[in-house]
Parts: sequence; structure tokens; C-alpha cells
Amino acid sequence: MRIGVVTFPGSCDDRDAGAAVASMGGDPVALWHGDGDLRGVDAVVLPGGFSYGDYLRCGAIARFSPVMGAVAGFARSGGPVLGICNGFQVLCEAGLLPGALLRNAGLRFVCREVEVTVESTTTAWTSACTAGGSLTIPVKHGEGRYVHDDPAALAAAGQVVFRYAPGHNPNGSLADIAGVRNPAGNVVGLMPHPEHAVDPLLGPTGGRTLFESVLTARV
Amino acid sequence: MSSVVEGLYRQLGLTDEEFERILGVLGREPSRAELAMYSLMWSEHCSYKSSKVHLRRLPSQGARVLQGPGENAGVVDLGDGVAAVFKIESHNHPSFVEPFQGAATGVGGIIRDILAMGARPAASLNSLRFGDPAEPLQRRLLEGVVAGIGHYGNCVGVATVGGEVSFDPCYAGNPLVNALTVGFMPAERLLTGRAEQPGDLAVLMGAKTGRDGIGGASVLASASFEEGDDAKRPNVQVGDPFQEKLLIEACLELGERRLLRGLQDLGAAGISCAVAEVAARAGMGMEVDLDAVPLREPSMEAWEVLVSESQERMLALVAPDRLDDVLEVCRRWGILANVLGEMTEGGIVRVGFRGEVVAEVPAASLADDGPVYSRPLVRPDPPAAGALAEVPLDAEVAEAVLALAADPTCASKRWVWEQYDRFVGHGTVAGPGSDAAVLRVPGSGRAVALATDGNGRYTALDPAAGAALAVAEAARNVACTGAQPIAVTNCLNFASPERPEVMGSFAAAVDGMAAACQALGLPVTGGNVSFYNESSGRPIHPTPIVGVLGLLEDAAAAVPSAFPRPGLDVWLLGETRVELGGSAWQRLTTGHLKGRPPALDLAAEAALHRLLVTLATRRLLAAAHDLSDGGLALAIVEATVATGVGATITLPPGVPPLAALVSESASRVLLAVPPASAEELATLAAEAGVPATRLGTTGGDRLVVPGLLDLPVSRLRGTYEAALPRALGELA
Repeated sequence: MRIGVVTFPGSCDDRDAGAAVASMGGDPVALWHGDGDLRGVDAVVLPGGFSYGDYLRCGAIARFSPVMGAVAGFARSGGPVLGICNGFQVLCEAGLLPGALLRNAGLRFVCREVEVTVESTTTAWTSACTAGGSLTIPVKHGEGRYVHDDPAALAAAGQVVFRYAPGHNPNGSLADIAGVRNPAGNVVGLMPHPEHAVDPLLGPTGGRTLFESVLTARV
Repeated sequence: MSSVVEGLYRQLGLTDEEFERILGVLGREPSRAELAMYSLMWSEHCSYKSSKVHLRRLPSQGARVLQGPGENAGVVDLGDGVAAVFKIESHNHPSFVEPFQGAATGVGGIIRDILAMGARPAASLNSLRFGDPAEPLQRRLLEGVVAGIGHYGNCVGVATVGGEVSFDPCYAGNPLVNALTVGFMPAERLLTGRAEQPGDLAVLMGAKTGRDGIGGASVLASASFEEGDDAKRPNVQVGDPFQEKLLIEACLELGERRLLRGLQDLGAAGISCAVAEVAARAGMGMEVDLDAVPLREPSMEAWEVLVSESQERMLALVAPDRLDDVLEVCRRWGILANVLGEMTEGGIVRVGFRGEVVAEVPAASLADDGPVYSRPLVRPDPPAAGALAEVPLDAEVAEAVLALAADPTCASKRWVWEQYDRFVGHGTVAGPGSDAAVLRVPGSGRAVALATDGNGRYTALDPAAGAALAVAEAARNVACTGAQPIAVTNCLNFASPERPEVMGSFAAAVDGMAAACQALGLPVTGGNVSFYNESSGRPIHPTPIVGVLGLLEDAAAAVPSAFPRPGLDVWLLGETRVELGGSAWQRLTTGHLKGRPPALDLAAEAALHRLLVTLATRRLLAAAHDLSDGGLALAIVEATVATGVGATITLPPGVPPLAALVSESASRVLLAVPPASAEELATLAAEAGVPATRLGTTGGDRLVVPGLLDLPVSRLRGTYEAALPRALGELA
């Protein structure tokens, strides 16, 4: 399965995401921010980093890049899209996911391993997860505090995909929300970094099931 | 002589003798631009004029050394065609004047040094020193420096994986910010900053040039602090990590496509230094067109353009037929690239600006032929053999262990390293909190281990011994992971070289470091000297920081530093004596600094490292943790709190119980081994001549020394983790 990984100027985890895809048996395909062509990929990952320096508002400029026009079309037609950290911010800015991400409650960048619980398995990226199960995955961000006008409604609609386990919320996110989905479930965004949690030599492997989900899905 | 020039050279930090020397080189009065170039290039920071005669005593040769001192960074061969590039540098003064930007640009600068050799910068470590963190100024400095390091490293996607932080009042007016970066590359793609071909083009890549950082290397880095030095803030550079990220990717693509003849970073003294160095290294000259430099401020004068330390710039050396390809790669990554000059024969750097020749000087006179000083020095007397540490040993053992765990210097630095991305690059096998960082080598099953160390208290008591102990400790930390230590980079932080006693301690420290490096088989591949670390006449402790890089043949065999599970035997390698001079326990209980630092037997240290590598290679070790600051007490606290696995141990015999816990005798390591391996361990240790003592076993959730100590690991962890946030006023 060919999984595209977008490189924006300032993306940092694009190589990590590509390596994670490859280590899980997928075929990573590099996608360039300036191209409106997704090269026929079966799924798209928007990686972490600081797209365009994030000097305005995280993800605010990236959403206008040519590749995002193509990603939006791909998402509307049901293609699996995963936004990780900065990629999550870009998807929120682009209106492909609900809510927004603000400065951490502690006002500092936070890098640590956290536990998240899986709230929804009816998505392209969590179908191989156990509902209610917990995964250990690192977070690393300065602006990861998830906000939404009506988190209860979001949860009722089944759009909350991950919550930080009790005591693990690193940023003050509303209702401990760590990741959300679009109504169709093909687009998922989360602040934790599953691409950093696939290799047992490097630490916990809570990220593996996200990639397994999309790689084992019917195409 | 024009009075303008006469007034200017002193203002730029040149001495009368140095000015005479410039007159001699040129045979005429220098222009304003030339004067600015010489003042920067001949500054202490750029020219090493006070340290050069001493640094030659450091060993720099070794079978694995591909590039020693003199280039942008040292390079060592890791085998399988892969090379590691690494170096440490200081950004002390900028970080005091403007902590966030000072530290950020320190990280940016060292990353560009690694990049200049053609390597992808992979990870950084930082060695930081501040005054008492409970004081508001120190808190502001610590917060700013840590945020700056994190901001820059996180944004450029270079993991920050280790280092150390300690606190002592001597750094209150002059903190230390030393940054080490390592990168990896195919060895055959090694680049150097040498311009060998006449007609080759020098392409200036990256950010526009502005008025920031002018005189950073001279007035800021090469002079002591006085009251009212806030006025030096404009001398601090301002960083843009986004620009650097693009520059990194563009340079790596240029290297990968073999479009470059050479690469040089722009750091101290900006264009002047880069141009002079690439030309002088190859005995060439350069015709420089300053009008090609994109300026932030069009009103800048030639001398300002020449010495500006604006960040995020590189100089690429390109064959004319590759220029179009180079410009295309830069355009794709969205960075500026302009032809700054053309290499010429004859060794003269000629600079044109707005229709005039503003400078015409021999490249070598800037880069190589600057003044070299054998400054007067007074060697320190080593402490007398009978010098006593004068430390009371009457405390309760439990109280002593808790007091060490609660000391900000000894305690957890989680508050610091949780602000750094340690994951990016999918290579961090062991990160902050480990004895040494362990990084997987890309495209290989191997790994490198890296540690930085340096104990200013030891060096203050005895500079030679302290420097040797720093080498030993950093190498020991590396060996604890199972890696073979292979090379050293150093950052020598001292006060004013114009004081004979400072120069004497510098010379002694170099001697101690040289002896240790020789004995441990470690070439010094590069580094940095930072002088003038004093504030209003108060010098810092002499603080040589040593970075050691080691090689692990199998990344999966890396040994952790904490107890991974119950049921393991706990052993101590090395001999424990009552050695408390300069110790953490002395500092905590008396506040004074007396006696002698721990004795160091270099042959025993080398034997210990060999033994550790052997034990790790045979997979006998479940954990290995170096004993240093805080002795066995702190080591066992750290080995238990990280995983929550407790231990029951007896204390090493022959010394009083409290001394056994807080003594800082060198060449010691705490081990956890499966009981089935204990016999083999004992045999191998005996063969190596390393004393090995079985202390007890891991297990339970308490740390127990029967009859002396019985504390829940959770309580130790609480104390150890809370100490720094509490000192910073973030916890009650």
C-alpha cells in the first residue's frame, strides 16, 4: 500500500513518518507541498513539524499550499488522511477536522510519553485498535491544547478518537481530547506521534496499530 | 594616521601591538572595512591567540579520525562507510545578555558546523551552568536558555538527547551554555571548507544579512562582563530556525547530488571569517562582490556587511558548471542564493562594494597569521597531599540520601529536558536521564553513545586533576552503555587569559586533559575555547567540558542505566575510598571547597572501560550506572527511581557507611547483572584487575540498606523529581 507523506517547508517528522510506514510494511511516497498531485497514493500522512515556521498560527499557512487542495479533495472522496501534531493543526485550519489547537496550558513545550485511550475504532486509522484500550505514544508540542465549542456533542457523534488517560493530559486539552475524526472516519488528527512509537528499540510501540489499521484496510 | 582609524581599532578590541602588526602586514593604514575584519578575525574567540600554544599538546591523531581540529567539526569513522561529525561550542556571553536568543543561536551555530562537513545534524547535548536557581535572575536565565535551546532544536528537527545542568554561585554572573551536536553521513561524501580551484564560485546561501551580531565574537565573546553590559544586547544574534531548517535540507540535497566542492558555515565574524578560512585553507584568494549580499538594511556599510553575524547563512563552493543546479535546489527550498565571489590564485581576498575596493588583504593574514600569545602564567599549586576536605560525616544515612536527591544539581533535570524534542530522527535509543545518550546510526545496526561532563569544583581545586576527571567521567558514562569511547570534543570555559593565574590553570587543565586522553586512547577532534568568563572581576571556576563519543557495534545491545527488573544482582566495580574534596556532599553540608578532588588512576580507568565493553558485548549487563557527583547514594537513587524497581544492598566495606554512600571516588560503576552471570562477571573483572563487589539484589519497591536505610522508592522519586521545580518556585 502506498502511503504519501507530505513535506511542507519546516516539516520535521516527515522522514520519521516515512520510516514508520516502511517498517510496518507500507510503501512511503514523498509528497511535496508545492505539488497539487498526490501521485496516486492510497493514504496521506501530514507529519509533525513547524510548517512555514508556524510564525503566524500553527498550520495557518500550510492549509493554503497546493498539496492541501489535493488532500482536501482526496479526503472528501473518502481517502484516509492522518494528521499528526502539526499535521493535526493543519487539518483543523483547513476545516477538515473540527476544533482548534491552542498554546499549552503550561505555556511550555512538552515532550513526554503519554497514555491515550482509544475512543473510536470506526476510523481508517484505528480499525485495528481495541476500543477502550490504551496506547503509550510520545507527545511533543507547544500548541496542543484542543478546544471545541461542544466537546460533549463531538463525543456523542463518535468523533473523539483518543483521550489522554487520567493524569496524562499534557496540555490542558478540553475533555482530555487527544485526537478527533471527521464524521466519515477517514480523516483523523492527533497530537501524539504514532510514528515515534513503532520500534521497540526506541521505546513504547503504541503507534503501530494506527499504521496497521490503514495498511490492513481494504483498498 | 586618521584619528577615526585610531579611535576605531581600540573600540573594536584591538591592542596597539596588534594594530602595529596590521600596519606591518599591509604596509599601509587599513581601511575601515579591513580594520573590522582584522579585529574580528584576531579576536580571542576566532583566533585562539591565547590558547593555541597550549592546545597543541592535546592528542588529535587516531585510527578512526577522518578530520581533526581545524575544520568546522571533527569527523570519525564508524565503520561500514559511515562517519560521525561532532563538536561542542560555547555561547556563554550571548546567553547572559539575551538568554533565549543567545542559547538558540548557539544551537543554530553548532548545527551549521556539523552541516558544513556534509552531515545531517542528528542530535544535540547541552552542558549548562547557572547560579542558584532559586534566585530570580538565575531562574530567568535558566528559563530563557532552556526555552531557546528547545525552540531552535525542536523547530529544525534535531533531537536534544542529553547533557548536564548544574548550579553554583560562581556562574551567577556568567552562565555557561555549551552545545554539542552530532551528525551522520556516508564517509565518502565528506565535505571540507577548502577552495582548491581557481574560478570556483562562492555562493552565499540563506538569510539576508543585517546589523545583528556585529562584534559578537570580539566585544561580546572576547571581553569580560562589567556592570551595565545590557548595552551589549544588539551584539547578540537573532535566530530563525525555520530558515535554518530550509538551509539544512538544501545543503544536504546539494551534498547528496554532489553539486558542491566545499561548504562553510557563517558564524563568528560572518562573511569575513568564512571567506578568509575557505581561501586560506587552500592557499587561495577570493574576489568578493559585497553587492551580491542581500541586505536587511540597505544603509549598511561595507564593514558591517563583512562582519555581521546574522544567522542561518552558509557559503557553498561550487564549480561554475554546477551553479545553475545549485541555484535551482536553493530556489526549490525557498532560500536565497547569490554568487558572492570567485576563487583566485595568489592568496589575496579583495572585496568590492558599490564600485570601490573596500578591502584587499592576504587571506592567510586573517585566518592563520594572527597574533599568537604565550601569555604569562602562574601554574596553580596542586593541593597538598594532606589537604583535608573537612566534611562532617555524622548525618543520618537516610537524611543524607534524601538531601542529595533534593539538591537541584544532583536531582532530576526532567523540568529541562521535557522541553526538548528527543524523538525526532527515529534514532534515540537512550535519551536524557541516561548516563549517555545512545543514537542509532542511520542505515546501520550500530549506535553511538555521547556524554558531556565537567566538574568545575574539582577543576577549581586542581585544574589538571579536574580536567582529567572530566575526560574519565564522560568516557565512563559512554562505556556504561557498552560503547567503546573513541573520540573527544572539548569546550574550555575559563576566565580572562590576561590573568596569569587563569592562564596557569588553563595550561594545567590542558595537561591533565592531554594525559587522560592519551591514557584512554581518545583523540581530541575539535572543540572550542571560551575565555573571559567573569563578571565584574569575579571569575567562574575553570570549567572544561568534555564530550566523548563512543561506538556500539550493536544498537540493540545498549545497556540502560536504571534497574530494569527485580531479581538481579547488584555489583559495584572499582574501589571506594573516603574522597570528599569538591564533592556534592561537601557543598551541601559545608558550602566550602577544600581538599583534593578524587584520585584518578588512568590505567585503572582504562581497564574499567575495557571491562564494561566486554561485559556488554557478552550481554552480561542488565544495567550499568556511573558513580560521580553524589557518589553511590545518588547512583542508586537514580537506578531505582527511573523504573520503580527497588534494591536491598550492603555498603562497600572498608569505609564508614556514610562515606561509602557520598564519597566520589573515581572509576566506579554500579551494575545490575542476572545472578547466572555473576560468576562470569567476577572472573572477567578479576582478569581485568578491576575490583568487583557484590552489594545485593534488585527487587521490591524500597531502597534498603539493612540497619541504615529503608525508604520507599516512590518517596525518593518524589524528592528527586520535585527538587528543581521546587527551587524554581513552581512547587510549594
